Amino acid sequence: MSVSAGVPEQIEEALVTHRRGFLKSAGLLAVSFGAFVGAWTTEAVAQSSGGAKGAGPYPDPDFRQIDSWIVIHENNSATFYVGKTDPGQGTGTGFRQLMSDELDIPFDQTACIMGSTDITVDQVGSGGSTAMERDSWPMRRVAAEARRVLLEMASARLGVPVDQLAVSDAIVTVKAEPSKRVTYGELIAGKKFNITLTGNNVNSVTGQAKTKSVPELKNTGQSPQRDDIPAKVDGSLKWAVDVKLPGMVHARNVKPPFACAKLTGIDESSVKGLPGFIKVVSKGNYVAVVCEREEQAIRAARQLKTTWQKPSTAPFPASEDLFSYMRAAAPISASRPLLAGDSETRNPESRPIVVGNPDAAFSGAAKTIEAEYEIPFQGHTAFAGAHATADPSNGQMTVYSNDMKSYGMRRCVAAFLGMPHDRVRVVWMQGPQGFGRTAAEDAGCEAAWIAREIGRPVRVQWMRDEETAWDTKSPAFLVKMRGALDSDGRLVGYEYYARSCDYNHLGYNEPDTVLIAQLMGSRRARPASGSASMPSDMYAIPNRKMAGEVVGLPIVWETPLRTGNLRDPNGPQPTFAAESFIDEAAAAAKTDPLDFRMKMIKADTNDDAGFRRARSIAVLKAAAEAYGWDPRPSPKPIGTGKVLTGRGIAYSFRGQTVVAQIAEVEVNRQTGHVWAKRLVCAHDCGLVVNPESLRHAVECGTLHGLSRAIHEEVRFDTEKVTSLDWFSHPTLRHADVPERIDIVLVNGDPNPNRPDLPPYGAGEASLKPMLAAIANAIHDATGVRIRRVPFRDDRVLAALKAAGV
Amino acid sequence: MSKIELKVNGRSHTLDIEPATPLLYILRNDLGLQGPRFGCGLGQCGACKVIINGAAVPSCVMPVSSVKGEITTLEGLASNGRLHPLQQAWIDEQVPQCGFCQNGQIMTAKAMLDKNPHPTDAQIRESMNGTLCRCMSYYRVQTAIKRAAKTIANASPVFGKEVVA
Repeated sequence: MSVSAGVPEQIEEALVTHRRGFLKSAGLLAVSFGAFVGAWTTEAVAQSSGGAKGAGPYPDPDFRQIDSWIVIHENNSATFYVGKTDPGQGTGTGFRQLMSDELDIPFDQTACIMGSTDITVDQVGSGGSTAMERDSWPMRRVAAEARRVLLEMASARLGVPVDQLAVSDAIVTVKAEPSKRVTYGELIAGKKFNITLTGNNVNSVTGQAKTKSVPELKNTGQSPQRDDIPAKVDGSLKWAVDVKLPGMVHARNVKPPFACAKLTGIDESSVKGLPGFIKVVSKGNYVAVVCEREEQAIRAARQLKTTWQKPSTAPFPASEDLFSYMRAAAPISASRPLLAGDSETRNPESRPIVVGNPDAAFSGAAKTIEAEYEIPFQGHTAFAGAHATADPSNGQMTVYSNDMKSYGMRRCVAAFLGMPHDRVRVVWMQGPQGFGRTAAEDAGCEAAWIAREIGRPVRVQWMRDEETAWDTKSPAFLVKMRGALDSDGRLVGYEYYARSCDYNHLGYNEPDTVLIAQLMGSRRARPASGSASMPSDMYAIPNRKMAGEVVGLPIVWETPLRTGNLRDPNGPQPTFAAESFIDEAAAAAKTDPLDFRMKMIKADTNDDAGFRRARSIAVLKAAAEAYGWDPRPSPKPIGTGKVLTGRGIAYSFRGQTVVAQIAEVEVNRQTGHVWAKRLVCAHDCGLVVNPESLRHAVECGTLHGLSRAIHEEVRFDTEKVTSLDWFSHPTLRHADVPERIDIVLVNGDPNPNRPDLPPYGAGEASLKPMLAAIANAIHDATGVRIRRVPFRDDRVLAALKAAGV
Repeated sequence: MSKIELKVNGRSHTLDIEPATPLLYILRNDLGLQGPRFGCGLGQCGACKVIINGAAVPSCVMPVSSVKGEITTLEGLASNGRLHPLQQAWIDEQVPQCGFCQNGQIMTAKAMLDKNPHPTDAQIRESMNGTLCRCMSYYRVQTAIKRAAKTIANASPVFGKEVVA
């Protein structure tokens, strides 16, 4: 039984009432604990919430109170309240496993409520694969503390010292006399813990109790089924797109027809006679149409006549000229030594990293190789457009949203509207996974602004062309690399120089960069500089020079080419270049590419990096073993058939999580079509909380990497994005899926040899090496090196023809 | 506006509605059937699919006046409190990540299995190819379809008939 991914608003109503012991609304309390999922509709809740609860204000739950995190019910079940969101990786189930272990309560007697800002503490929400690595720790410590407090209560109740008590399955017994027992529910249901925790912030919050060691965890390392899935397959789940409120109307945006367009006129008469028309709302260059019904708003937004003035300069080059533009552009953040006043952490790539003496290594090299790699803008392209519903009732603002960082959205909406923080709440609900897009969410502020303008609840949703054109983009990268090989074929010199088109990189829910703010002209003075990241420091190459620079487009505001954080932000691009290049070096040395890598990974356990390299060796070996890797140089002798096959390997890490991937591809030499027939992903992220959820996340991340390798690219002319749908910005399809995928969890479940290894981040890391693994496999099959992403049929075919394959 | 009769999941509805309105908005906003979802509005992704006359069709581009035949939505697949074998396979194989597309995956798979109860891997890929998933749950979708096909084949003929929409 669970509610973690279900219908937070309903649950919130019942449980807040339950928890705080007021508002004894019979209708709410009559709902049994097990009946929350799907039992209520959002309409019912919205209609019932016209009273005290809906009115606000909404103060922040106090993270220093156990009661903000855990509620124990009379029937000896528990509800956990956590400040995270679960966009579909099963983290909610994982939190239940860890917290039920610490609390000593059966997993099946727990539920987890996530992400609604007025009833869960602010743990930021989701992002960066931090769920288990960082955010599960305060949950565990609070659950351990709750167990300690319950044991003290049992001691008082049973008249026996704590050390003579045992606890199992939420029942405390006297060790010497097991018939003497009391349940957690009997101890505390209907009352509060009233225990204040310590810690300066939510990440450091703790009580007196210690968390358990890994071998003491029972549910952790098991694979209970994800609790959000049944309601997702029977149609009962209520998503953020499903919210209906009394009096709610529908709005659709009218986007500028080209970048940096100035609105010069609106002809409202073009839509006034349309059925259901309510109003055109506009400020600056922002325009939306509001109608009674959804399809009416869609029609009216399409039909509204507006006039716009073009900017005096072209906002960007056309996509086919992007890389020549990036080569010629003056960098915004140039490589330079660190200056006084520079932030060491903000832009470490703004200064080159030099190790050893690269110039000497190159001048003394037996062989020098160089290559240049191009990765275009790629879209987040969430499965449905940005959406939110805002309710301005009672002088407050409630936003129903799937924003993965709902707490940030709350701050953003409050700041954008100029409302006090405690007058705004965001109710998090499920939505299409956005890979970072839903943390730079636009619809929340739009819905809230329109709702305040017209004084009614408003539902906003972006259309497909709008989302694909105007969502945030992963920055384009241009990477030049050079390598020096000595006479024994060892890589002794290495240069990496990246340029990213990433000026004005959007952060999370910023009230002065969110698109509506840009269009209304209320934007910050200075854009964020973005980053041109380095590849992970994977190999012991004695002489290295690495640098990165950011370049900007001519116009960076009010443009659909706005960059943001896409799943492992700026990780896949440098890794594509770096891991392709290592293969090129191995080919130049006529060495097996796995062996070439292995010889450059120096294991030790003295520091974090050495520890990671030791685990890298294990992960690469595991991938090779699972695949049945046969050592030989690449490319293999080129076949004569219509279909050429090859295999490629690449590896990387993100934080302490290490991933090695092997792709086996078929390349059709007549069409240029690349099919990844088989994929292997070996993965080590430390402690595994739920192996099945982890495998799923790794499998889907790996395939997302494949999609970015073979399909995804943003196309544009000199004034607008022209890839607007699933054909012009394609994504992976059923026919692209490998016939076999092996996920190898190197760390075990959990590994008894490393019992106290903590969990590291999982999910995003599995995208990182995939692009290079595919490129390396294409080279192995055909002898042709494709250095431009994505490897679409026409591009591959042209490269094969140019090489005479 | 005109009177439109719709039969959905065994129930009849009479609506006074603009005949050009795409079926999707009527299902979601008037009939409270929110299994079908808006993904693209272009008939490209499959999120809005429903089954009419045995075919899984996108409801986002289908004017309500053009609907000829009974509509089955995701909510109508379970019978007598039992999930359809596809839905159960989706749980057993833990198919969804975010799950937003899964209405389309399940409805497309059902229409396919109703016509072809023993699809080959190639037929599954081909039949499902127009139904997209941005989380990339495809591999599990295909596994779950094969699992459900087995379940249906092993069930009684009566049950087999019952699941045909």
